[in-house]
Amino acid sequence: MQLFRSHILVCGGSSCTASKSEQIIKEFDSHLKANGLENEVQVVKTGCFGLCAQGPNIVIYPEGANYFRVKVEDVKEIVEEHLVKGKIVKRLLATGDKNENTNEDYSANSIEFFARQMRIALRNCGVINPEDIEEYIAYDGYQALGKVLTTMTPAEVIELVKKSGLRGRGGGGFPTGLKWSFAAGNEAPKKYVLCNADEGDPGAFMDRSILEGDPHSIIEAMAIAAYAIGSDEGAVYVRAEYPIAVKRLQIAIDQAKKLGLIGKDIFGTGFNFDLSIRLGAGAFVCGEETALMTSIEGHRGEPRPRPPFPAAKGLWQSPTVLNNVETYANVPQIILNGAEWFSNIGTERSKGTKVFAISGKIKNTGLLEVPMGTTLREVIFDIAGGIPNGKAFKAAQTGGPSGGCIPASLIDTPIDYDSLVALGSIMGSGGLIVMDEDNCMVDIAKFFLEFTVEESCGKCPPCRIGTKRMLEILEKITSGKGEEGDIEKLEILANSIRMSSLCGLGQTAPNPVLSTLKYFRDEYEEHVFEKKCRAKVCKEMLKYIVIDDKCKFCGICAKNCPTNAISGEPKVPYLIDQDKCIKCGLCETKCPFDAIERK
Amino acid sequence: MADIRACGGTQGTPEQERRFAEIIEKYKDTQGELIPVLHEVQEVYGYLPFFVQKKIGEALGIPMAEVYGVVTFYTQFSLKPKGKFRVSVCMGTACYVKGSQEVMLMVKEALGIDVGECSEDGLFSLDSCRCIGACGLAPVVMVNDDVHGKLRAEDIKGLFSKYRM
Repeated sequence: MQLFRSHILVCGGSSCTASKSEQIIKEFDSHLKANGLENEVQVVKTGCFGLCAQGPNIVIYPEGANYFRVKVEDVKEIVEEHLVKGKIVKRLLATGDKNENTNEDYSANSIEFFARQMRIALRNCGVINPEDIEEYIAYDGYQALGKVLTTMTPAEVIELVKKSGLRGRGGGGFPTGLKWSFAAGNEAPKKYVLCNADEGDPGAFMDRSILEGDPHSIIEAMAIAAYAIGSDEGAVYVRAEYPIAVKRLQIAIDQAKKLGLIGKDIFGTGFNFDLSIRLGAGAFVCGEETALMTSIEGHRGEPRPRPPFPAAKGLWQSPTVLNNVETYANVPQIILNGAEWFSNIGTERSKGTKVFAISGKIKNTGLLEVPMGTTLREVIFDIAGGIPNGKAFKAAQTGGPSGGCIPASLIDTPIDYDSLVALGSIMGSGGLIVMDEDNCMVDIAKFFLEFTVEESCGKCPPCRIGTKRMLEILEKITSGKGEEGDIEKLEILANSIRMSSLCGLGQTAPNPVLSTLKYFRDEYEEHVFEKKCRAKVCKEMLKYIVIDDKCKFCGICAKNCPTNAISGEPKVPYLIDQDKCIKCGLCETKCPFDAIERK
Repeated sequence: MADIRACGGTQGTPEQERRFAEIIEKYKDTQGELIPVLHEVQEVYGYLPFFVQKKIGEALGIPMAEVYGVVTFYTQFSLKPKGKFRVSVCMGTACYVKGSQEVMLMVKEALGIDVGECSEDGLFSLDSCRCIGACGLAPVVMVNDDVHGKLRAEDIKGLFSKYRM
């Protein structure tokens, strides 16, 4: 094996790849060659580091120097300064964090964003090359599978997972060990183990990052689950919109097969496990367990009534266990470190850690993992750096279209399954969208309803018709045509849909409306009675106008207006023709004198 | 509802027919083969016109109505041809709270087409998508496989010029 004096880890997650991390790797290769270092320094493409807002990210070991916002043009300097002369390129270190003025510590732990996290599911993301099974094995990979197959009975595995307190990370929070025990208890000639990687929540990218950064952990965990329930076949249902994740998972499956870590007679124990990938095709409802199985069977992804539950009759009518990506990612660590280790992390009823994809109006957009029970304030302000541009924090949305909005007054709520439900939201899969004073809560509720209306499969009437009626009322309210009684109608509809829908999608679809009504009812009332949108988002209720005193007659607004709605001449303030204006806001952003305002 | 037979011709090129046969052969023993077949066949033809759906139904022994039902259920499958450059504006939550509605408005203006349409010269087609997971770069627009991030409404006009050349 070749030894290298230095390693350059370059983030190959989706966000950084979009910011040219592939070209950065190529540039490193060519500059290393030019300096004759190709046998001394190795470039490794890893999964997501987490700090997507500051990407592309790279880390150079042994120093552990974290460089951010690296451009292709910076590579030459990094090679010549850091790798040839041994001098840290200070201008690319993190700025604005607590290490700003110290020159000694530039490791991940000196950065607030990383220092306060606890990584179990993400432990290998950004650390190993996901396309090389040897690196996963070097980080204890497949040891848990070995331990399970050679020293434990299936019942002991289930008992251990039960004891750990691990609950499903996909949304429902069902105890994983219990789920496995149901499927194990159902005798059948064939059983299946499935992984839900159809991460459809807009704004959630935890599962994608794990698949991209540490695909073997999922394969290993699924093999463990298969052994525990007595299955020999599994499938990962993954979004077709995640090409990098699909590719790396396929590479990982092929490598594991080649080494005999999945396939026939694993570790000579007689245990067989075969794994394949099934591509989703863009339907949010397929994240629901029975819809996912119907989709794998080749049909429209419509949910089935439960019972029978998948543990009794799942895929192809056989007992099936379905867990999501993050849940599986915890399993090998629980097996290796023990149930007690895991259950000591977190809160009374929510054990372990949770990964969040934090985005929206937040400084450090990215991926982070914290122990359950961490407060929203710690996550938003201490780890993710707070709200940019001096704006005020207004609400945090968790759980995607099935979740709700948590207002600023409840920011000290500890994040766990039960406290989020008590607030009218849900943990969901871990999307955390931060909103500031410029976001209109009625508009956000409408946004989620648009989503559910589009994604409702149409099988049951409460969801198919009810969500559409709710959306119509919200459209009425946001376009300034709301009437007295509309808010009450929304509430009645919301509660009926919640109680009578067939699957989780419909049952939770009203949550964004109910939670915003609970905490931001005054904003709804303003829209209905005063025809006012305080965040100045709802277009029908606002006008773009030129402030005469501020206008310097430069004509930039008129030049940029896509509909030629702005006219003017020298020395006369410009005027916006409200009939032609499409309210795109371009004039406002382009005006150098802040002379255009929304009213 | 538009007549589904209106979209697409009646047969593909010999090369497309050959690849079609290969895909059917590859999946003939797979359970639940319809969706993977649709994915791969769409790669071959660019979209799934009526005659292709009919051929798939006949080859797999699945009623045409069911094939059409599955095709129209999933957003990944398209009944209409796509442009040489597939523009897709992310309307996921992270992009939405950062102004993707304005971006969408400007994209429609710049391309002169609505969502689901293809420009007359066949160069651009426009779709909205739900989260491509590049939330760190929100709001984003994808053109084929290129991700353009941190866009502002005023960036849009210039965005497409390099594809027009």
